[in-house]
Amino acid sequence: MSASTLRIALVGNPNCGKTALFNQLTGGRQKVANYAGVTVERKEGRFTAPSGRVLQILDLPGTYSLDATSPDEQITRDVCAGDFPGEAPPDLIVCVADATNLRLHLRFVLEVKQLGRPVVLALNMMDTARQRGIRIDVAELQRRLGVPVVETVAVKRDGARELIARVDGEVPVVAPVAAEDAASHADLHAQVRELLAATVSMPRATAEIDDALDRWALHPVFGLLILAVVMFLVFQAVYFVGKPITDAIGDGFGWMGEQVSAWMPAGPLQSLVNDGLFGGLGTVLGFLPEILVLFLFIIVLEESGYLPRAAFLLDRLMLSVGLTGRSFIPLLSSFACAIPGIMGTRSITDPRDRLATILIAPLMTCSARLPVYALLIGAFIPARRVLGVFNLPGLVLFALYLAGILGAMLVGWVMKHIRRDKSEHALMMELPSYRLPKLRDVAIGLYERGMIFIKRLTGVILGLTVLMWFLSTFPGPPEGATQPAIEYSFAGYIGRALQYVFAPIGFNWQISLALIPAFAARETAVAALATVYLVGGDGGGLGEALAGQISLASALSLLVWFAYAPQCMSTLAIIKRETDSWRNVAISFGYMFVMAYAASFIVYQVARMLS
Amino acid sequence: MLLSDLPKGIAAVVDGVHDAHATDPIARRLRDLGFVDGEPVRVVATGPMGGDPVLIQIGYTRFALRKAEAARVMVRTEQAA
Repeated sequence: MSASTLRIALVGNPNCGKTALFNQLTGGRQKVANYAGVTVERKEGRFTAPSGRVLQILDLPGTYSLDATSPDEQITRDVCAGDFPGEAPPDLIVCVADATNLRLHLRFVLEVKQLGRPVVLALNMMDTARQRGIRIDVAELQRRLGVPVVETVAVKRDGARELIARVDGEVPVVAPVAAEDAASHADLHAQVRELLAATVSMPRATAEIDDALDRWALHPVFGLLILAVVMFLVFQAVYFVGKPITDAIGDGFGWMGEQVSAWMPAGPLQSLVNDGLFGGLGTVLGFLPEILVLFLFIIVLEESGYLPRAAFLLDRLMLSVGLTGRSFIPLLSSFACAIPGIMGTRSITDPRDRLATILIAPLMTCSARLPVYALLIGAFIPARRVLGVFNLPGLVLFALYLAGILGAMLVGWVMKHIRRDKSEHALMMELPSYRLPKLRDVAIGLYERGMIFIKRLTGVILGLTVLMWFLSTFPGPPEGATQPAIEYSFAGYIGRALQYVFAPIGFNWQISLALIPAFAARETAVAALATVYLVGGDGGGLGEALAGQISLASALSLLVWFAYAPQCMSTLAIIKRETDSWRNVAISFGYMFVMAYAASFIVYQVARMLS
Repeated sequence: MLLSDLPKGIAAVVDGVHDAHATDPIARRLRDLGFVDGEPVRVVATGPMGGDPVLIQIGYTRFALRKAEAARVMVRTEQAA
């Protein structure tokens, strides 16, 4: 028996500490993938028990009930029942329950018991329960439930020892499910009340500390103020910690590219290595610091229990544009970069709300737009004072941010009204106890997010970057060419072809050409413009050159284009990855293109009439 | 009365959950979460905009419910009972 593998499924209510227990059992030996055919995350880990038996542990999505209402809950139901195609039924179900919240969690335990599979109940957070003076008669609970009950403390070293010993022993015998056991809602609740009355003494329904913190965190005025401060700190950290590292990575790869290409003969291969490969790697990995810093905060906010509080405060506002309070944090992250924002939508449990959030996230003004905005505003908007206090460039920049937000609200509102599924989607969100995040859980969460980005996206983005390099390098300029090489390349031809499309919104062929590399990364539009306008560097010289050759109307139109355009293929790649659907990528690209074109058209034509 | 009309801090007991339409998944889930006859509830906080959503203490748990969700739950206050 000792060499065999035992398949264990971990199930439990949301916030029962199931994932912390999973991390405790498996450490870093986890495999994260998706369930076949759906975008629900599948987490599996291995663990060798003292007897030498290998335990294969599946961390199933948390759910309040086996009466599933969402795709992830359906997976939990189907895997537990042994109905999920491609998943072997578990040999043993470990049902995790929060010892401080048994009124809610025991009902689910009873439901799982009715499946008629071997079940072990893990009473988690027993340390907190004891601190709060909650007394549980474990022996009596075990007798009444008819399943083995063990105590665990997922966040303490060795806190799962009792559980390991139990699952390493004999698989518990299943009592046959009696007919009267297949009980209705009311019967299960009645059974829970009976169990609680017989086995649990609870001095106080909630933790005093939670009540005290929530008086401030959920206060209509102070709550919003605290939220604003938290968000402010997150953004400061992204710009002061993430941004310099991002720049350093870009510079580092640029330097490495130069070093390597110094050893290579001049020619297309050298250019591929330097501009395509190292330039591309610098761009892709440059996203990583900002992603990790943002995720550090998102995970800490989530683990501490603050995230649902923020969602509570903002739900009404977000609902008015067809979203949910849970959309707020991912959308706010998108102001730094849409990629972590879109990855962060995993905390939105409702699939329709999640998709709506993903589709509008790229409209938030990300940090990559700033160099372009800075260049164009610096070149075209005079530093005048308006109404004595505001300066005009600052106002224009503010207007661009506002344009992104208003655009997102408009799109959210339109989606709400045109979608076929008009059914009511619930909030019904538990506000869990506040908890101090544990280093291990934060570290594992960060590592997973980082690896998803590196493993699944680097290849795609790098491939596209090399393609962009190819388009702007080949064919090379003819002998005695006087213009920059890019003008003779495919990108040059495409730019000239595109100008017919973009002429009504005031883009000449140089701007149209710059839009091609901007698709790889927005900020490269600045370098591309510098190349075609024959100026070195990206400093003040380019601004003057632009001001001389582009009309104000065109510049304003370009600013608005950057606010709405379907740019940055990395964002499109992450949409594909997170929704597993090319259709959603096409919808994002399509609606943003139409929106950007329409807005730029209006701005260009109006500005031309006025000037 | 409806849970959505219950003033903040007033102790009440659930009378039942009614379905807004046939096979209402939201009503079903509310019952799963413990909104069943005889269960004590209390509104502990309300959202900053229009008092929506409301935060409900039920059992040992706090749930944020939108008003439309809370309006499915019928409650009686202690005094009325």
